[in-house]
Amino acid sequence: MRVSMGVVPATQELTEGRRVRDWLGDRIMFGLTLVAALATVAIMVAVAYKVVRGADLSFQAFGLSFVSDSVWDTNKEVYGAAQFLFGTAVTSLIALLIATPLAIAIALFLSELAPRGVRGTVGALVELLAAIPSVVLGLWGILVLGPFVANHIEPSLHRSLGFLPIFSGKPGSSGIFVASLVLAIMVVPIVASICRELFLSVPSELEEAALALGSTRWEMVRGVVLSSSKAGIGAAVILGLGRAIGEAIAVTQVIGAGNSGIHASVFATGDTLASRIAGQFIGATSKLQISSLFYLAAILLVIGLLTNLLAQVIVRRFEFQRVGAD
Amino acid sequence: MSAVQPALTMRGDSRVRRRRIVNRLAESAATIAALAAVAVLGIVIFSVAKRAGGELSWGFLTEDLPTFGQTGGGIAPLIVGSGILVGIATAIALPLGVLTALFLSEFAPRRLSAAIQLTIDLMNGLPSVIIGIFAFGLLVYGHTQSAYAGGFALSIVMLPLIARSTQEVLRLVPRSQREGALALGVSRWRIVVGIVLPSALGGILTGTVLAIARAAGETAPLLFTTSIFVNQLTTDPRHAMPNIPVQIFIWSESADPEDHKRAWASALVLIVFVLLTSLLARLALARTRRKLSR
Repeated sequence: MRVSMGVVPATQELTEGRRVRDWLGDRIMFGLTLVAALATVAIMVAVAYKVVRGADLSFQAFGLSFVSDSVWDTNKEVYGAAQFLFGTAVTSLIALLIATPLAIAIALFLSELAPRGVRGTVGALVELLAAIPSVVLGLWGILVLGPFVANHIEPSLHRSLGFLPIFSGKPGSSGIFVASLVLAIMVVPIVASICRELFLSVPSELEEAALALGSTRWEMVRGVVLSSSKAGIGAAVILGLGRAIGEAIAVTQVIGAGNSGIHASVFATGDTLASRIAGQFIGATSKLQISSLFYLAAILLVIGLLTNLLAQVIVRRFEFQRVGAD
Repeated sequence: MSAVQPALTMRGDSRVRRRRIVNRLAESAATIAALAAVAVLGIVIFSVAKRAGGELSWGFLTEDLPTFGQTGGGIAPLIVGSGILVGIATAIALPLGVLTALFLSEFAPRRLSAAIQLTIDLMNGLPSVIIGIFAFGLLVYGHTQSAYAGGFALSIVMLPLIARSTQEVLRLVPRSQREGALALGVSRWRIVVGIVLPSALGGILTGTVLAIARAAGETAPLLFTTSIFVNQLTTDPRHAMPNIPVQIFIWSESADPEDHKRAWASALVLIVFVLLTSLLARLALARTRRKLSR
């Protein structure tokens, strides 16, 4: 007893102190990380709250008919979102029509076709395309792509397909068509990199089995890779759609900020929800106009959140399926 | 091939040929699509570099902004301003993002974890123009524009990126290390500080650099919060701060060809910074992944 007295209490003291410190440390660590996580959630909630509250004044003035009214007149202080909803829908749709097949093809090249060395390099370059700031892409769009499209692509489209209302009208270096092209450039790398991951996760036994049964590489891709990734491709396209709908700066630069209402020609100028907000905010003076821009943002927020949620749901279900199938 | 199989291919000859042609077509289409994407990247970079070439000089990087109608001038205030704005954003987003990721990977119960994860994903998909208008409504409306507001807006862009990349590296830290330490009686927080964070540090840093590269080019969040600024060097974050993306946007909307030249030169500065940092960060990230998963 006497002998151990010198040793045991000392270690007990040590463990005691350490236990307190560990208890405290654990609590502090837990508290800190919990606060951070809650702050992250709080920011997201605050975003939604602030944007919707900002639209109050405009909502009181125009109500829900704001959504279906296409007049936007800063002098008479009458505002409506319909033409911007139209512009958003048309530009994103054209962008997706161009980008989706391209992105899937790129993903197939990267996952099935390219030799190893090429795969890494081209994959990295495609991802760098997504890293180009939208303001730079917009600058390029308005000063290089726009004039090129107006001088070379639009006239020939107009000549050969001008009987269709969408290709009627005068070619111009800024407008819905150029905006759609710029959006397509932004969407392609997003969809392509998601699809590549999808295609790489297709079990190689299935691919090899198809090849061993004598199918060509394309038949294997169509029958195994594409058909087993359908849902995932859908989610990727929806995520791309979300990006196209929300892009403001580059679209503002190239779409020409038209007030032309709802029209068929893609060569004409227009505006999307996002580009109208970005384009008019600095010059906005009246409270009602600012509030109406908030109203546009609230609509954009709802659409953006819905598309993203949809994509997340598909992704989660899809992952579950894949994991379940293994 | 033809020497061995004539009997086999006799009947299905045209079908086999058709299948082969279709295959060849599909393969070339995929290759062309990939080449087209690389070509677009090349064309954009080339256009920017070509048009910026004449304008870019040492003076352009170090002088104050030109006053209206003046030729010459530089973008030093923009570079400094962008640096400060991204600095503020990083100071907010880095601790918040890393701690949120730690909560998710080390402490959170399943349900809560799923909800927070979804929030992060949704925040990541938030259109940047909405982040801008939110920061405007929260910090600028009724007050004045400031670099604090701009930095805060940018931090909302960075936060989900940092949280996600941190989560990914945390996931790569082997479970066995944590369990080993737990079995030895080491407490949770010591495991986090002593084992998890050190081995994830490289990945967290590269993830942060990627987020910085993204934030440096973001325009919309700054358009509402720090877009009306003086043309001299400003370092006081209580005022609106000149910055590269917004100035490129303003110059690109101008009718003056001089302004277009300045826009191109600034775009080159921005694009070189963004592409180099994201390229390097990606390389580093690939290395960390390989190291951790080995």
